[in-house]
Amino acid sequence: MTPEFSANAAVPPRPWWWLFVILFAACLIGAPYFADEAFQLDISIIFVFSLLALSMGFLWGYAGILSFGQTIFFGLGGYSYAILALNFGTTNLPLLGAIVIPALFAALLGYFMIYGRISDIYLSVITLVVTLIFEKSIRSTSGPEYVIGTVRLNGQNGIPGVPALTLPWSDEPVSILGVFYLSGGAMLATYVGLRLLLLTRFGRLLVGIRENEKRMELMGYDTRLYKLGAFALAGAIAAVSGILYALWGNFVAPEMFNLNQAAQVVIWVIVGGRSTLIGPVAGAALVQYLSNWLGTVGVGQVTLVLGLILMIFVQLFSRGLLPTIGGVFERLSQRRRSNGPAT
Amino acid sequence: MIATTIYLIVYSIAVLMMVSLGLAVIFGMMKVINLAHGEFMMLGGYACVFCVRVGVPLWLAYLAAAAAVGIFGVIVERVLIRHLYGRIVDTLLATWGLSLFLVGLVTTLFGPQAWSIPTQFGNVSFGGMNFSSYNFVLIGISFAMIGVTWAIAHVTTAGLIVRGTMQDAVVASALGVNRDLTYMATFGYGAALAGLAGAVLVPITGASPSVGLFFVGKAFINVIVGGHLPLLGTLLASSLFGTIDGFVSYVWSSVLGEVSVLIVAVILLRLLPLGITGRLRSGL
Repeated sequence: MTPEFSANAAVPPRPWWWLFVILFAACLIGAPYFADEAFQLDISIIFVFSLLALSMGFLWGYAGILSFGQTIFFGLGGYSYAILALNFGTTNLPLLGAIVIPALFAALLGYFMIYGRISDIYLSVITLVVTLIFEKSIRSTSGPEYVIGTVRLNGQNGIPGVPALTLPWSDEPVSILGVFYLSGGAMLATYVGLRLLLLTRFGRLLVGIRENEKRMELMGYDTRLYKLGAFALAGAIAAVSGILYALWGNFVAPEMFNLNQAAQVVIWVIVGGRSTLIGPVAGAALVQYLSNWLGTVGVGQVTLVLGLILMIFVQLFSRGLLPTIGGVFERLSQRRRSNGPAT
Repeated sequence: MIATTIYLIVYSIAVLMMVSLGLAVIFGMMKVINLAHGEFMMLGGYACVFCVRVGVPLWLAYLAAAAAVGIFGVIVERVLIRHLYGRIVDTLLATWGLSLFLVGLVTTLFGPQAWSIPTQFGNVSFGGMNFSSYNFVLIGISFAMIGVTWAIAHVTTAGLIVRGTMQDAVVASALGVNRDLTYMATFGYGAALAGLAGAVLVPITGASPSVGLFFVGKAFINVIVGGHLPLLGTLLASSLFGTIDGFVSYVWSSVLGEVSVLIVAVILLRLLPLGITGRLRSGL
């Protein structure tokens, strides 16, 4: 398999990969010339969700940690930003805080799970329960007594009027186009960053742990520390996604934590392919587009279709679309090679 | 005051035991958490409501719900789970897909509103508070479910086979046990227990597509902390978490009760990563 389609990405990216990245960046910068604001909004949310999918895909595909609850940090990021920004009136410090708080929470939760060495599926289910209970807790805060600073939590109505971000070097809050650039830029930067991170010692250790944790331990690595690092990093990425979501919609709501949202993240990653970084991104875009389309066609229950997709993919294409397609190409090119000079 | 507290604690232990027993049976046998457990309970609830509405007596409706969900469980095992044995993560994902699918399906068919049935149970009062006497029926059924499961496992031949397969599936199949059939039957029995739990809870909660969500969080925690022995694990974990949940819910709020259960569970798993019964080698 070509390295870009396989999980053993400890190979430096090829030139065409950089070309792809530059091309994507150029499209991003040029977008306002051919896309109106409605289209920018539609694409922004896909970027936001791709980022969330990346956080789970990285964790699952490269560190072998299957967290069902990346929505914990997604929601926590959004809520932290909203509460801090409304309290302080500025946005720079809240932006930082809204990344640090979820990352710290990820480190705390991860410490108990990873240092306790609970089994993989226990970790999946615990993260799922944590996000479920976050949603319930936030939903129960509709009374006026639930106030953080000056901000009412508002229970299931969520917090409206989340202030737009004002970047440190500018005086004006970002517009719709700004959110588009931010989310697209964050997504691309995270994708490239993770791809390069996997070339480093840390990245190679993670892949080693995924392949055989016991062997890595016998070689003298404290695997728990590296796994915890990956978990906290993925938490921070999910938090950025949550902040961008809050900026995109100007509000945060308990739905950010809920099980449907958590299931969607899993479906994005499964559909796109868990063993690549581009897979979750493509999966998020594809499934999000599909659900929007189903909504407009008038299929009442999108969850019904998503559930079917999940069951079918697990049964038939458990590697996901991109690796499956990559595998087909691989086999074709191998056949050509073996049919070529040898005969 | 003390009587009230004890009553509330026993009640929350009973509910916890009831909602997690089916999950624990399936987990004990196949090491798989059935993420569609809440939806199995939801189906049991709907089955019970339909039966009562066509005039079936309530106790018979419970049995019908258990049977219906049990059969549904067998079908699910044949169609969905059977292909995924040995792929635990995929089983988890497939049951999650099933859970979404069922919620979507039931919402499409019956709408999002809750369907309820009238109960003709009166109230009893002690300690200066009124309690629905149905809650005592519920406590009784919950302990009966544990008792019956224990009896099936220890008295019948099928129970012996199930216990043997749980302890060592390879040896059991070498001795001529049909493992496929055992898994199917156990999954069906676990589903039936879930259906029964859903049906018994329906007079309190009503039947709605999202009713499963009320209980699954606590049930998942309970089974994970209970460990691999379904009966003992459920009993011990329910006693622990039921006490915490009942007490905190009574003093503060039910959400805080759930939060404290989660916190205790996470700390406990740091100390006992395999659950309370993780160190015990055999038993039930």
